[in-house]
Amino acid sequence: MASPNDLQFQEFEEAAELLSADPGASTLSMSASNTSSTTAPVGGGGGGEEVKLDMSEDEEGQEESSELLGGQKAAGGFWTFEYYQSFFNVDTVQVLDRVKGSVMPLPGKNFIKHHLRSNPDLYGPFWICVTLVFSVAISGNLSTFLSHMGNPAYHYRPQFHRVTIAAIVIFLYAWLVPIGLWGFLTWRQGTERQVGGYSFLETVCVYGYSLFIYIPTSVLWIIPVEWLRWTLIMVAMVISGSVLVLTFWPVVRDDTRVMAVATVATIVVLHTLLAVGCKMYFFQTAEHLPTTPVTTAAPAHVTLVTKPH
Amino acid sequence: MAASEEASRPFAGLSEVSISEDIPVEGDISVPMSSSRRDDEFSTLDEPVKETILRDLRAVGNKFIHVLYPKRSSALLRDWDLWGPLLLCVTLALLLQGGAADSDDQGGPQFAEVFVIIWFGSIVITLNSKLLGGTISFFQSLCVLGYCIMPLTAAMVVCRIVLVGGSGTVSFAVRLMVVTASFGWSTFASTAFLADSQPPNRKALVVYPVFLFYFVIGWMILTFSPSQ
Repeated sequence: MASPNDLQFQEFEEAAELLSADPGASTLSMSASNTSSTTAPVGGGGGGEEVKLDMSEDEEGQEESSELLGGQKAAGGFWTFEYYQSFFNVDTVQVLDRVKGSVMPLPGKNFIKHHLRSNPDLYGPFWICVTLVFSVAISGNLSTFLSHMGNPAYHYRPQFHRVTIAAIVIFLYAWLVPIGLWGFLTWRQGTERQVGGYSFLETVCVYGYSLFIYIPTSVLWIIPVEWLRWTLIMVAMVISGSVLVLTFWPVVRDDTRVMAVATVATIVVLHTLLAVGCKMYFFQTAEHLPTTPVTTAAPAHVTLVTKPH
Repeated sequence: MAASEEASRPFAGLSEVSISEDIPVEGDISVPMSSSRRDDEFSTLDEPVKETILRDLRAVGNKFIHVLYPKRSSALLRDWDLWGPLLLCVTLALLLQGGAADSDDQGGPQFAEVFVIIWFGSIVITLNSKLLGGTISFFQSLCVLGYCIMPLTAAMVVCRIVLVGGSGTVSFAVRLMVVTASFGWSTFASTAFLADSQPPNRKALVVYPVFLFYFVIGWMILTFSPSQ
């Protein structure tokens, strides 16, 4: 009579003791935001009052449940402020972790699965694009100035129009290519979206974070040594391209061999075009620059000579 | 019964009160006239125009002083206004004109480009801070970001004066130091005002765009080169 009741009571006590001893333990709950906050890695930045545990052994289980919830994150309609606020639900440590993940791609770790964990954000892609625009324009201007240093006829010009061009090119790349890629992948998969498909936001997020490596690369391009520039381009393209390839290969490999290879090759080629195009346009060496002051002076000389006939 | 007796007891004595007829009861029932005086204080229709303008100018000047000596105060946030930012933005955009070969596209930023960068940049930074969960209001943030451009505008004035003397290496070094100091001052001042309204684990995410914003303005000022 007393013993079964005692046993039951003790079980509850144990569970209660466990929870009270470790209030930060990850309890699996059905809202996506909780999932993301309890799986964030331990970091030293920001407030730091809450200890966030990295429950790596529970990763698979939580990833599966969060994958199912992937399409139900947005709160409210797209005309409300809260809808867009759900895309900025990141902390400093999370953004830094994602940036680190984009710079050091490891073969086993899919960027979306490992770093985004169904909490894609728009903060990273947007501000990385803005920083890249200004770093490319400023570094290009500086490299032009440095390559003309010894030339006494050269007059420094800020070339501010390059900011506009850089902004158009980089924002078009970072937003149109993910749209195209996501549309193509969704079409290829048909209606089986849940099986390994990525949402549009996750695609944009991967592309945005993969552009981060170009920021220090563009700053290093100021050094006017040509082989160093090409080496830097190669390194940056390999790192950034492998982040993209590692992310999209698991999705594409279920398709026919030809389509899979073609998709991955297109991703790599577009990325290469962006890098090489930026380098060729913004970091022109001295002999390629338009020398307008010299050419306008020459016809004037010619007319002066031919007049006194 | 007892309750009604108790209720009537406070008024029980009233029936005995009588006013003798030879004491006149007189008085005045009228609304006190001081309300019209209160109206005058709130209504500013009758004050001279000079006073109206001076009041706004004093408010703007007060905020400039708060930017000069930035400490965590809420003066800038409580009474926000956008006159100061507009004044500073137009001054800075005008001073950035007259650069090398302004008409062709190899030169410095046009007036419209400076305007768009400052205002659109401020709006984007404000939206960013609100989306990240900041408690500051939209116009308060615009006000703070605009007022903190003041050190950079002062640096622009100094740079133009230095450039009158020549544009060699010494002048470049002086301009670099001035612009760097004012850029640091601007960023420090704006974070002093904005820092408290952000959630603590996202402070760096909000401060970085402000840093980038003032860095770009500082670069525009530093690379200003006069036409020959």
